[in-house]
Amino acid sequence: MSTTTTAHEEKTGPAHALRSFFRGREIPVAGALIALVIVTSVINPRFLSPQSAKDLMLNATIVIILAVGQALVIITRNVDLSIGSILGLVAFGTGTMFNAFPGVPIPVVFVLGMVFGAVLGTINGLLVTSAKVPALVITLGTMYIYRGILSSWAGSKQYFSGDNPPEFGALSVDVFLGIPIISIVAIVVVIAVGFFMHSVRSGRDLYAIGSDPDAARLFGIAVSRRVIAAFLASGALTGLAGVLYTSRYNSVGANTGYGLELDVVAAVVVGGVAIAGGTGTVYGAAIGAILLSTITGALTATRVDKFWQQAIVGVLILSAILVDRIVSIRSAKKLRVSEARDV
Amino acid sequence: MSETLTGSVVKVRSAWSRRLTGHDAIILYALVAVVIIAMSSVNYFASTLTVGFLLIQVIPILLLAMPMALVIITEEIDLSVASTAGLTSAVMGVLWRDSGWDISVVMIVSVLIGVACGIFNGVLITVVGLPSLAVTIGTLALFRGLALVVIGDQKVANFPKELNTFVLSKIGSTGIPVVMIFVVLIIAIFAVVLHFTPFGRGLYALGYSKEAASFVGIRVGLAKFWLFVVTGGVAGLVGVFLTLRLASAGPDNGTGMELSVIAAVLLGGVSIFGGKGSIPGVVGGVLLIGTLTYALRLAKVPETALIIVTGGLLVISVVAPSVMGWINEKIRLSRVHKSVQGQSVPGSTHA
Repeated sequence: MSTTTTAHEEKTGPAHALRSFFRGREIPVAGALIALVIVTSVINPRFLSPQSAKDLMLNATIVIILAVGQALVIITRNVDLSIGSILGLVAFGTGTMFNAFPGVPIPVVFVLGMVFGAVLGTINGLLVTSAKVPALVITLGTMYIYRGILSSWAGSKQYFSGDNPPEFGALSVDVFLGIPIISIVAIVVVIAVGFFMHSVRSGRDLYAIGSDPDAARLFGIAVSRRVIAAFLASGALTGLAGVLYTSRYNSVGANTGYGLELDVVAAVVVGGVAIAGGTGTVYGAAIGAILLSTITGALTATRVDKFWQQAIVGVLILSAILVDRIVSIRSAKKLRVSEARDV
Repeated sequence: MSETLTGSVVKVRSAWSRRLTGHDAIILYALVAVVIIAMSSVNYFASTLTVGFLLIQVIPILLLAMPMALVIITEEIDLSVASTAGLTSAVMGVLWRDSGWDISVVMIVSVLIGVACGIFNGVLITVVGLPSLAVTIGTLALFRGLALVVIGDQKVANFPKELNTFVLSKIGSTGIPVVMIFVVLIIAIFAVVLHFTPFGRGLYALGYSKEAASFVGIRVGLAKFWLFVVTGGVAGLVGVFLTLRLASAGPDNGTGMELSVIAAVLLGGVSIFGGKGSIPGVVGGVLLIGTLTYALRLAKVPETALIIVTGGLLVISVVAPSVMGWINEKIRLSRVHKSVQGQSVPGSTHA
């Protein structure tokens, strides 16, 4: 009897809140990130100089936005491999637009880029839900198709940052409170989507769908519509990232965003979003993205051979999956014990 | 009574028609159609040079598609094959440059590196029990990363000339590469194992239902473990082949090939849900993509647009069956609807 009361106290008290905070899957990743930053800046104090910190933030920005979008899709037990191609299409479209209509207002470019991305994402969503084939296959196909469209559209043409209006390029140079403008966009995206996933009904539906699509359907959730919406949102965020890419990087062309999809999936998985769906948060995904993009900078700063970078990324992904597995075995055991006690 | 009779007649016919209208057959028809159209309308396609260039380009994908088909039939996936090939190539280059061993020893050790990669994947997936998609995304980065660590951004190119000539040599005047003999042998082994051995048939059962398979006595974990080991070994072979063909070992050999392999396997009729697919279908799928892109390239379709063909074929091949199923279901329902109406009308007059 006394055990049950303490259990109840544990469940309601602030101690429980603290404990569940530390049990969250984001915590090990955040810990690794902090440790990485501390160790690196001890070895090389210039690692945290304002200029270098700004570069770190700028490098992380685009992957963060992509990871948030990808997390939405992965939580529903799907995956979107076409985001690299979507980003390329939108980035090249942005360059084309500034070239064709030099006076176009920048907000219009952002809106059009997101709409373009959303349309491409919706095509994925419609194909996935109507064909009832895993998203891995469909988006593998659309990855090739979108990339092919981009290649035939762009050919060998490239747009350079000099072709864009200076105010547009300034978005990734100017800072507000020490934070680059485009990174502020990323932070807003993370908080907004994070709130949506945590507290809005249709956001919770995405978790239900990812844990068990059939149960979600029986429960009355419009599974297909939600999945399409997740792809749409992922496409729109990828579109946003595409516009920001044009602002941040020197040139956009047929190869822009090539191979980015696996980096982003890796960031999401490292951030504690299970590839089988139903668990994880966009905050975790964002932290995963920051961790992976910071490693590159940290290796340069500590003068570790740059060739180690990708191997370390691989080890991180594998350890993230391992941690995930251990946590889920533990919680399953705990659940069994507590259920047995209730009986 | 008459109904059961027609039922069995339909069944007999459908066994034949299924073979002639099945996925394998459709892929074969498409392949033949592409070859005929290309021979009649594309300049220079109908020559022995075509056979040689086409096959030498297709061989790595063809080889990797074999174990990949088996892996996907058991409802797993391996995204790390191209990185394994890259690591093998890098190790081969460094061993040849630094160790002073004979090239045959270097090649054997390189293939063993591929096997080791497969064992690593297999242990994580079957012993630790992690999802193969996630594990192999991780090892995709890890193996490619190790290739970079091993060889850096250098290239090793001074392999024995005879080996490069051997890899590129043709059988007589047919244009068929000599290496193709080994490739056909490997394909045959995979076909026999998958279609004619208890182990292979068990893989289908495994893909349908893990639980059912283990109840009928298939050792699920062990079977999967060996599949990943074999996949690693074949990826090692491909790494060696690529190195010899290009006469160059670098960190980036085979980059991005994993997705082409999976696309070809799925186009060849292997279901991503597991439990379905055949080796002839997969070979057809690989050759279809290879021939089509080669013909279009000869027809001066821009290189960049060819990638649309791969993607389009893949999407069509997975969307078409469910669209067909949906249409068939509609037709069946309306037929049932009609026959029910036809039966109920006389029934009501009787009553």
